[in-house]
Amino acid sequence: MSIDSAKISIQQVNKSFRVRRRPGDLKGSSQSVKALDHINLDVKPGEFMVIVGPSGCGKSTLLDLLAGLTTPTSGQILLDGKPITGPNLDRGIVFQQYALFPWKTALANVEFGLETKGVPRKERRAIAQEYIELVGLAGFEHRYPHELSGGMKQRIAIARSLAYDPEVLLMDEPFAALDAQTRESLQSELLRIWEATKKTIIFITHGIEEAVYLGQRVAVMTSRPGRIKEVIEVPFEARTSEEDLRAHPDFVRLRHQIWDLLKDEVKLAQEQEKDRSLQSGTGKISGKGAATHG
Amino acid sequence: MANTGAGAGIGEVLVRLEKKEQSTQRRALGWTIEKLLLAFRSSIVIIAFMVLWEVAPRLGWTNATFLPPLSEVLSTWWSLLLSGDLAEHMEVSLVRSIGGFALALVVSVPLGLAIGWWKSVAQYLNPLLELFRNTAVLALLPVFIMLLGLGETSKIAIIFYACVFPLLLNTISGVRNVDPLLIRSARSMGLSPVQLFRKVVLPASVPTIFVGIRQAGSASILVLVAAEMAGAKSGLGYFIQYTQFSFQITEMYAGIITISIFGVILNYALVTLEKKLTAWKQVSN
Ligand SMILES: Nc1ncnc2c1ncn2[C@@H]1O[C@H](COP(=O)(O)OP(=O)(O)OP(=O)(O)O)[C@@H](O)[C@H]1O
Ligand SMILES: [Mg+2]
Repeated sequence: MSIDSAKISIQQVNKSFRVRRRPGDLKGSSQSVKALDHINLDVKPGEFMVIVGPSGCGKSTLLDLLAGLTTPTSGQILLDGKPITGPNLDRGIVFQQYALFPWKTALANVEFGLETKGVPRKERRAIAQEYIELVGLAGFEHRYPHELSGGMKQRIAIARSLAYDPEVLLMDEPFAALDAQTRESLQSELLRIWEATKKTIIFITHGIEEAVYLGQRVAVMTSRPGRIKEVIEVPFEARTSEEDLRAHPDFVRLRHQIWDLLKDEVKLAQEQEKDRSLQSGTGKISGKGAATHG
Repeated sequence: MANTGAGAGIGEVLVRLEKKEQSTQRRALGWTIEKLLLAFRSSIVIIAFMVLWEVAPRLGWTNATFLPPLSEVLSTWWSLLLSGDLAEHMEVSLVRSIGGFALALVVSVPLGLAIGWWKSVAQYLNPLLELFRNTAVLALLPVFIMLLGLGETSKIAIIFYACVFPLLLNTISGVRNVDPLLIRSARSMGLSPVQLFRKVVLPASVPTIFVGIRQAGSASILVLVAAEMAGAKSGLGYFIQYTQFSFQITEMYAGIITISIFGVILNYALVTLEKKLTAWKQVSN
């Protein structure tokens, strides 16, 4: 694929953080931690790209870079051939923890980005209403976030990001906090929305099954410092119409292939995690991966 | 396993629906009784207290000179109110406490927002603010009297001072503790720093600011009474002090009751306002 045809082109991207050597150590002895190491990845227009990797490998870091919330230490990211300089409404993010504004109703949350865009009030309301219907929450417009279930909140968050019509949707483990049934229904709904809106989607997950189910391509990352280990094509056509995709032999084969690529990285990531035993959090992917596999 | 879970869930919902239906039928009848019960529960102890206050002096359990029966206190209170004696003191106190409180609000909230927003400023200022806050306000009363005299200025100034710190510190912490995820989310939508402040930081810190407002409200009354007792020629604190010295014990209790009514009303008003402004917050019960 040539660079010109790419919607997003991540080129030789490195990202390092400066961290204090020991927590509580106030003296200047800081240390550079490399989170991302020479990431190269092109995403085609309208593509559904999934990124999987072990915990702490730099997935969220990469997404922040794509969103323009942080800048790479070196390398560059191009959107339509132009370097990303900061956050913009041409990219929308959906976070794992929904990030809805609790003082705003569902409708007002969905209107938020449109407000920033300067869309007049009446039009704003109509567009927001339309997207609330798209995510299947008509009738819940005037609820506050605390009056919605986790799945509903995430639907509203998705509607909010879609409402201002970004070209690229960035999703950081959006369904990780949901129960299995809700997750599955949101997955198929996301595919439906993707087909209806033709957005370019970059979707981060811990779940191998989720990756194979959603992605046209799945990029597998190594443990920290994160590199792209391999990009795997998922050759299913018309995935939404396929009823029992998860039982398809190709599906099972791809799941195994990705798990094979990941398991050493997960082990490594867990060892890293143990080394920094002061830090909290465990190798989340190991549990999920094993469950998927077994 | 997932299926059984879902099945149980549906079963439970059905049971709940049935129960709800039954209860709607009984609701018409049960509603008024429930409401009465609620009113009873919330007032029974106060009524008991009032009865005790009435009965204790009458039966000679306490010295009626130092604790006159409630009915006498209330009738004195009523005649004081009608004669306008009390109204005068009330007005003076009201002006002082509301003046000091409002002044503190106008100064502290914008200042606190600014300090919270510029993190480095907060880091430098916080130790000093903590020191000021933890110095009991009443300990500074002599200083205020010395510097500003016995007039209105010193009264309003000390109430102002007492209200400033809870307001300031809560506003700062409100701004500083806005969920970083909300800020990230708003920034990703391309908000400028000014928009970010106005549309995210400000509304997100309202609940914490209100904690400060309520603390300042109660502080204003406490300090008001103390300041009026320490040196004043009018006001409810002065009235209570004066009636005690001149052995008008019933009048003294009337003054105390006025103060407590004042406090209850202020608190009620603030809580109502808070509920209105933070209706979006999860009700905690
Ligand atoms: N602001 C920061 N300062 C210092 N180190 C950071 C910062 N952000 C991330 N890191 C480090 O960079 C590495 C990658 O973090 P990141 O959050 O991107 O991982 P992740 O792949 O999203 O993990 P998870 O799957 O658990 O969400 C981690 O080792 C983390 O400690
Ligand atoms: Mg992450």
